[in-house]
Amino acid sequence: MIWASWNEFVAMGGYGLYVWGSYGAVLVGVVLEIVLLRRGQSETLKRLKRMQTWEKQ
Amino acid sequence: MSIAWFKYSSPATFYGLAGKLVPWFGWSAGILTLIGLYIAFFLAPTDFQQGEAYRVIFIHVPAAWMSMFIYMVMAFWSAIGLAWNTRLSFMMSRALAPTGALFAFLSLWTGAFWGKPMWGAWWVWDARLTSALILFFLYVGIMALWAAIDDRRRGDKAGALLILVGAINVPIIYFSVKWWNTLHQGASISMTKAPSMASLMLWGMLVMAIAAWFYSIAVALYRVRGIILERERQTEWVKKLLEARS
Repeated sequence: MIWASWNEFVAMGGYGLYVWGSYGAVLVGVVLEIVLLRRGQSETLKRLKRMQTWEKQ
Repeated sequence: MSIAWFKYSSPATFYGLAGKLVPWFGWSAGILTLIGLYIAFFLAPTDFQQGEAYRVIFIHVPAAWMSMFIYMVMAFWSAIGLAWNTRLSFMMSRALAPTGALFAFLSLWTGAFWGKPMWGAWWVWDARLTSALILFFLYVGIMALWAAIDDRRRGDKAGALLILVGAINVPIIYFSVKWWNTLHQGASISMTKAPSMASLMLWGMLVMAIAAWFYSIAVALYRVRGIILERERQTEWVKKLLEARS
């Protein structure tokens, strides 16, 4: 194991801000994309379904 | 090879195929990310020059690679779409753009967070950084162009043209560290030389890169399904599919 303690792991040899600032941004970006995508898909399905019901009337 | 390629180039068939592939690529991406992160933080040694700051490499390089690679795939689909007017090609390039833009942004962001401790600056106007910024603007510009043109076919064509013209930027990014004197370090991996990194660092980076690939494939396939439904909503199969949903 490289890290003697949890604190040492978080500190990243004094570069904690930069390392976690990068990984944090990637995490936020990926999670955001997945959430937006799923929401978009269900909205598209609902909208198309609604349009279909209208067209039938 | 008896795969019916033309069968899968029909949106109706591809919709089903994509739906089956998404979970496979998604879960593989997740598992590979965990393995990659384990290598990145618990196996890969501290860099003798950059200390722990170098660990940004495990996401910076995959993000930068993906941002360029997705662009080339979009250029490929655009060329196919313009040449043969295949419906699915344009849909594919529309489905890829947001993910490409995300990776382009992340490559700039992680680059800044790596540049600050190593160079003392978040940003410098050097060839590599500037061309990578242009790539990000290209993605944003392409999506803005699509959003601005109401006529779908014209939007597809205009977007494809912009993508193809912008493709010249990708080799510029790639070779920028060779062609100009830049602050950015040279390629971590090259086709002609043995890698100059410790093998665990290299492995961590490669695993994360494959994870980024699988993630991009999963997300693009998921997104293209929505686009297919939207565009094919007048067809029988979409009508049936929607009716089946309560």
